Amino acid sequence: MSRTYQELLAEAREEIPEVDAPTLATELQGGDAPLVVDVREQSEWDEGFIPGAIHVPRGFLESRIAGVAKSDQRIIVNCAAGARSLFAAQTLRQMGYTDVSSLAGGFTDWKRGGHPFDVPRRLSDAQRRRYSRHILIPEVGEAGQLKLLGSRVLLIGAGGLGSPAALYLAAAGVGTIGLVDDDVVDESNLQRQIIHTTDRVGVLKGESAKTAIQALTPDTTVNVHPFRVTKDNVLDLISQYDVIVDGADNFPTRYLLNDAALMTKTPLIHASILRFEGHASVFMPYEGPCYRCLFPEPPPPELAPACGEAGVLGVLCGVMGNIQATETIKVLLGIGDTLAGRLLVYDALGMTFMELKLRRDPDCPACAPNAQLEFKDYEAWCSGIGRHTVAGVV
Amino acid sequence: MSTVRIPPVLRAASGGEREVAVTGATVADVLASLYVQHPDIRAQLESSEGQLHRFVNLYLNDEDVRMLGWLDTPVSDADTLTILPAMAGGSGTGVPR
Repeated sequence: MSRTYQELLAEAREEIPEVDAPTLATELQGGDAPLVVDVREQSEWDEGFIPGAIHVPRGFLESRIAGVAKSDQRIIVNCAAGARSLFAAQTLRQMGYTDVSSLAGGFTDWKRGGHPFDVPRRLSDAQRRRYSRHILIPEVGEAGQLKLLGSRVLLIGAGGLGSPAALYLAAAGVGTIGLVDDDVVDESNLQRQIIHTTDRVGVLKGESAKTAIQALTPDTTVNVHPFRVTKDNVLDLISQYDVIVDGADNFPTRYLLNDAALMTKTPLIHASILRFEGHASVFMPYEGPCYRCLFPEPPPPELAPACGEAGVLGVLCGVMGNIQATETIKVLLGIGDTLAGRLLVYDALGMTFMELKLRRDPDCPACAPNAQLEFKDYEAWCSGIGRHTVAGVV
Repeated sequence: MSTVRIPPVLRAASGGEREVAVTGATVADVLASLYVQHPDIRAQLESSEGQLHRFVNLYLNDEDVRMLGWLDTPVSDADTLTILPAMAGGSGTGVPR
């Protein structure tokens, strides 16, 4: 015997608790706010939604909910008028979500009651096609993609690490990429610096990279900064960006960036490379260790050759630069576990990834609570002037 | 036997070896065993007074030995001691002025 829509709805209403708009508004202002899952169609969502709500169209509910909600979390489902949300809530309960309610009257009552709502910034149809594989990932989705499009990333160096990082960040839809490099493309760069091309040898690296990025995507604005980072320009430069990707090839720049990142509280995505070995970490200012917690002092020049002296496997740059791009996207989106507090050591010869624990140094001269952080003459300091060089237990 | 992991910059001093098998019950013993096999490494890691340079990080497995017992940290057979100096290499942008 068939059952009518009204009968199914009545049954769902029996099973699923309902909350009205004022109650939800109060709950959302409380400390332990519920997760609002909006199951309407895209066109309805585009007209406005409850602030903080997650959009999972009804047709994708079963396949996508695990990426956004925990089974014991308080969930309030909403639709336009409060019917579809009851059925969606029934489905969630069948799936083992224990604390699921439905918003009575849906978004219509919410809006009519004068409660605040957001209207989404929208991806264009072309962007929706271009980033469709991102949008399918619950942790990214359309909101994440919009966030990337609004993000600004500064890359120090458009070379070995900067080339793959810049290409992938641009492909991922990062809206603004700054490239700091005062060098021009050399033939010897092309073994690893894949953003450049043979016919651009002699061109400023930032301009060469900009050409490549513009051919890849219309969505990324490239700022070319054709100079070296100094203590005089670093703070102005960094203040225009959300994240710094450190691909510098020398210690004075790395220590300068670390201190400037702390001063501006800007996340610093670290990688360094030599021959077959790469290091990577994420330095989150005052939340995790900084570069100077890890390496309070640089080694002397004979123990710290540049790639120009000791060589580097070209492919290694791709691995490490893309680890930086990955971590940058995670930091921008606030997803996953970053390398903060860990140093990843990649040995391409052994094909091993090793993880070392990093901790904040309570006596760190840069990020300790009582540290007097100010810029110094990094070049003199890195060449050994004015520092101690003997280790001990601290 | 435990293992010492040699970073790229010290491989000239280790005859190209990436890992060296060593004996020793503490970090200090392990380093001594390493120095017997590869004397050139000592000059890179220690000052002329025989103290480890500040820029040398040592990890027993994944833990900084400064967080453990420094040179007295016990080492067992399956352990790996990693010598980790900072590396500068990257993209190729100049030094700050």
